[in-house]
Amino acid sequence: MLRRTLPLLITFAVGFVLVISKFIPKVETLGEDFSIYFDIIAVFAFILGGGNLVKIHGNKIYRRSEGWGYSLVCIIGFFATLTIGLFKFGNPLGWTGNVVAEGSAFKGIYDFIFKPLGATMFALLAFYVASASYRAFRAKNAEATVLLIAAFVILLGRTFIGKMVSFWVPIDQAGPDIPSFAEWIMNVPNLAGQRAIMIGIALGIVSTSLKLILGIERSYLGADTE
Amino acid sequence: MADTPETTKKTGWYQKVRDIDRRIIFLFIALAVIIPLLLQPSFPEFPAQLVKDTFAEMDKLPEGSKILMAFDYDPASEPELQPMATVWTRHAFENKLKIYIVALWPLGQNMAEDTLNELLKEYPDRKYGVDYVNLGFKSGGQGVINVILTDFAKMYPTDVYNKPLSQIPIMKDVKSIKDMDLIINISAGFPGLKEWVQFGADPAGVRIIGGSTAVQAPLLYPYIPNQLHGLLGGLKAAAEYEELADRKLCGMKCGQDAECIDSCIKEYAKRDKGKVRMGAQAIAHMVIMAFIIIGNITFFIDRRRERKG
Amino acid sequence: MSKQAKLIVFFVIVGILFAVLLVRASQNKMIKPWPTKTTVEYKQMETDEAGVVMSETIETKQVFSWKGFWTWFAAFLTLCIISFLYDDNPFYKFAEHLFVGVSAAYWMVMGFWTTLVPNLFGKLTPGLVAKTGLIEGLEGVPWTWHYIFPLLLGIVLLMRLSSKYGWVSRWSLAFIVGTTAGLNFVQYLVSDFMMQISQSLKPLIVTAANVDPIISTSPVICSLSNILLFLGVFCGLIYFFFSVEHKGFFGAASRVGIWILMVSFGASFGFTVMGRIALLVGRMEFLFADWLNIIVQ
Repeated sequence: MLRRTLPLLITFAVGFVLVISKFIPKVETLGEDFSIYFDIIAVFAFILGGGNLVKIHGNKIYRRSEGWGYSLVCIIGFFATLTIGLFKFGNPLGWTGNVVAEGSAFKGIYDFIFKPLGATMFALLAFYVASASYRAFRAKNAEATVLLIAAFVILLGRTFIGKMVSFWVPIDQAGPDIPSFAEWIMNVPNLAGQRAIMIGIALGIVSTSLKLILGIERSYLGADTE
Repeated sequence: MADTPETTKKTGWYQKVRDIDRRIIFLFIALAVIIPLLLQPSFPEFPAQLVKDTFAEMDKLPEGSKILMAFDYDPASEPELQPMATVWTRHAFENKLKIYIVALWPLGQNMAEDTLNELLKEYPDRKYGVDYVNLGFKSGGQGVINVILTDFAKMYPTDVYNKPLSQIPIMKDVKSIKDMDLIINISAGFPGLKEWVQFGADPAGVRIIGGSTAVQAPLLYPYIPNQLHGLLGGLKAAAEYEELADRKLCGMKCGQDAECIDSCIKEYAKRDKGKVRMGAQAIAHMVIMAFIIIGNITFFIDRRRERKG
Repeated sequence: MSKQAKLIVFFVIVGILFAVLLVRASQNKMIKPWPTKTTVEYKQMETDEAGVVMSETIETKQVFSWKGFWTWFAAFLTLCIISFLYDDNPFYKFAEHLFVGVSAAYWMVMGFWTTLVPNLFGKLTPGLVAKTGLIEGLEGVPWTWHYIFPLLLGIVLLMRLSSKYGWVSRWSLAFIVGTTAGLNFVQYLVSDFMMQISQSLKPLIVTAANVDPIISTSPVICSLSNILLFLGVFCGLIYFFFSVEHKGFFGAASRVGIWILMVSFGASFGFTVMGRIALLVGRMEFLFADWLNIIVQ
């Protein structure tokens, strides 16, 4: 009862309230309260993520598994950031100030550790996109050729090179040049394809949401042996 | 056909190109970005109609209009989205609009603070609590939007400085996002522009414009123009918007003097990150297109050889 | 060359480059990695009861700035990540693990101060929060009893860390799933289904009076584009309908749908390349402008 039935009842009750809150004004407040509860539980999900991280890497350090030194770096970085942020060390406005106030140690962690690491991780993708384009982007059949041509027009049209290459239209005048063609591709065939995908996804989400609320879809509860 | 020294040489050379080490490709891409950054070539921008419509949507708002700016990105997307955030905040300050800042990403709050710190140097007379307010980050994605659709104070009891909303003058006549004249969202993924359209603008009936990463932009076109009234998709669109903003500022500064407007635009272009970065973007595009062409040439040669036997 | 020899050559080159950069820094050609004295301005603002800034006083102080040291550290971390392009190595692993730890804690801290303190503790224990001075205006405010539910559900979610009592977290997961399903059910139906269908029904014959300048200023091109748009959406949807065999008219329409989708994917690829390059440009700007000071901004 507690392992399967209660969660299904909770899902039904919450989902039902949120759906009817759009139609019955009296239930709107309850719907808002449930949304706020969701936001608060989301923070506990962050805490769960942190706890899980400490559990996994702590285990690696305890067992001296391969690469435990890196796990130590991870744990030190985690607890250092947590302590500095929770106690607002170095915050010019003290305990009551904005946690990311200019000059605070927490802002320093963001500026000099988080930002360079996060930004560079994603910057690496530029290299991999080039390498993947060279190796995998082949005009193997008619459909792939259409894909390639569309990509080329967009790549050309989204820079000044597209304007330069369109010799049939003077550079400083509007006209049927490659950038205009790129815009047309985005606003007509791309829009048509994306809209078809969007409608398909919407129908999928609506049916899945209904199945979840009605308890037909139960995979999120996990295995019965848990 | 018997192998001659010539054919062996050609095959060797061809094989090297076909099976090129990916680190060579990485080096070419790095040089394609670094060299233009060092040389700083500038290219003129010709704003597309969608960018012009986005600019017009913002520019038509009268003084004192309320705009909700949602910073839903992090440092990973900063090179693409920060130019949009900066130019929109500048546009709002220039036109004396009231800015209400929120964030659905934890680091969005930092991005908003960085943007404000930069722009307040240009507009030092803009007062916190009167001209703009920073409500900060809240977790929950579309749950947050669902609450502020009807009641701001329920979700945001205080601003980022822990001051209750009732004590902030700019929040006096604002109960929910339905009181906003425009929503601007700068988004790098989920939750982002899609969620603001679905859960914010559509139910509230408030107009919305947005800036997104180039990766996300094609997916948002179906919302244009009835649900999403303007979109800046990627760095190129940000550079085009900067061009429109500079033309307007320089037009106000120089009147009809074309020479003055030109030199004014060139001067402003140095601070416009979108325009500065487009030089490297253009060259890198060319390099990637060249690699795709070479890759396809080697593919067709291999296929022809296989068919011959 | 043996692995040891390669390592020695690598460290010698890095050492030389590091020495060159230190010399540049000492000549004021780039930011220094050691603390430097700078003048800092402290702004003190006086506000009235309504929070409007009445006056500002600016104080200047001489302090040691560690910005140079931390900028060098940020550049070091950037290069550690970039080194992965050559091959996986200890520097990359160090930076990666540091990023994982710092980002997990960062999200926790932000969530705590921005959501838990004002939206949970401020509702459940307003008196205590007022005493700490964290939030103004909570003195004498009664507690909101029903916020005990998200607190309990949150604690229950943390039970997931226990192998014995982890099943209890299903109650919180059920709440999360129910909320998401309830919110998405209505809005996806409205925004992504009904409104998308209505927006696909555009005039198939466009006159000069109702051209869409985003597509074209020519009524002929707008008409053809609207026809293509409608057919494209219709055929794209047919492609995704697998309950009927793709033969005859259905097969032909499905084929057209594939072509339209290929154009969409090509456009997406082009934009993806753009997006990734922009991120790299930003990082190179940091290295060559903020750190090495080779690009003047």
